[in-house]
Amino acid sequence: MRSRGVNLPPFQALLDAHSAEIYRFLVVTAGPDDADDAFQETWISAIRAYPRLKRADNLRAWLFRIAKNKAIDAHRARGRRPVPVATVPETPAASTELDLEEPELWAAVRDLPPKQRAAVYCRSVLGIPYDELAELLESSRDAARRSVHEGLKRLREEWTP
Amino acid sequence: MNEIENLLRKGAARLPGEIPAGLQERLAERAAREGLLDVSYAELDSPVGKLAVASTPRGLVRIAYENQAETFAEELAAKLSPRVLRAPRRLDEVRRELDEYFEGRRQEFDLPLDWSLTHGFFRKVLRHTAQIGYGSVGTYAEMARKAGSPRAVRAAGNALGANPIPIVVPCHRVLRTGGALGGYGGGVERKEFLLRHEGVIAA
Repeated sequence: MRSRGVNLPPFQALLDAHSAEIYRFLVVTAGPDDADDAFQETWISAIRAYPRLKRADNLRAWLFRIAKNKAIDAHRARGRRPVPVATVPETPAASTELDLEEPELWAAVRDLPPKQRAAVYCRSVLGIPYDELAELLESSRDAARRSVHEGLKRLREEWTP
Repeated sequence: MNEIENLLRKGAARLPGEIPAGLQERLAERAAREGLLDVSYAELDSPVGKLAVASTPRGLVRIAYENQAETFAEELAAKLSPRVLRAPRRLDEVRRELDEYFEGRRQEFDLPLDWSLTHGFFRKVLRHTAQIGYGSVGTYAEMARKAGSPRAVRAAGNALGANPIPIVVPCHRVLRTGGALGGYGGGVERKEFLLRHEGVIAA
C-alpha cells in the first residue's frame, strides 16, 4: 500500500481542489446528461493510477487529461446507444440544456472535435497556460496552440450571433 | 475571435459552482467496491471535542483529537497509502460504537483494528493496553513488563503517547505507579474526562 518515490498528497486533496472545475469541464465537453457518469469514470481512473504516479507537480493537467479522454468515451458510448428515430438530436447531448447564455454556441463547442473542444475550453475559459495545455492534450506546445486557434476559428464560422 | 471567447467566459460563469450532492459519496463507494480505497476518513463530534477517524479495509486505524487533526489526511497518505478519501458512511460503525461508549451504553469496542501505524515494542505495549478493561487501570511499569522490557518504563510511556487509536485502545487507563495521572497525547484534561466517565475518578 505504501507509495515510493514522490510524496503524493491524500487523494481527497485533489478532489477538494479540482472536482468542481473537472465537473464543469465535463458538463461542457461530455454534455450535461453524461457529466455525472464521465465524472465518476474520470476519478475512478485517477485513483486507480494515482499511487503509481512518478510526478506530483502537475496533477491538474493530469486530471484534465483523464477527463478529456472520458468525455470522448462518453460521446462514443452515446453514439452507439439506440435513440428513438423521431427524436434523433442534432447535437449529442442537447436534451437537458443548461441555463447558459447562447445555448447554440455551447452546442457548437460540443460539436468540435474532442481535442479542439478541450483546448478551447481550457484555454479560453480557464486560461490554462500553453505548457500545461500541451500536457493535458498530450501534444506539443505548438499543436496545443493550433488546436485552440482552429477551434475558435470553427466556432466563429459556424456560429453567428 | 475575442467576442466568442468573451461569450464563452461569460456563459461558463453560469456553470454549476459545485458538484451535485451525493456524487463524491457515490465515487467513494465505487472506489471501495473496486478495491481502490485504502483509507476512508470522517470527522465526528464527541464530548471530548471533534474527532477525526480513519479506517482501512482491515479495520479502524486512526483516531485523532482536534489538536492533532491538522495533518491527519497527509499523515495517512504518507504512512499508509495516498488513496485516501473522505467517506463518512464507511465509518458509520465506528461512529455508532463511539456514540454508545460516550452515552454510557458500551464498555467494550467490537471494532476490528488495523495496527499498521505502530510497530515493534510500541505495538506490543499498545496490544497489552488494549486488554485493560473498562473501569480498571494499569501502570506504565506494568505495560513495560508485559511487553517484555520491564526497565523500559519511559519507552512504554512514549508508546502510549504515540497511540494511533486513543479511546478505543485505552491508553487513558494507564497511570503512573502510585496513581498520578501521567501524560496523555490528547491533553491530560481529556484523560481525566475519560477516567471520570468510566468511574475510575469520582465524578
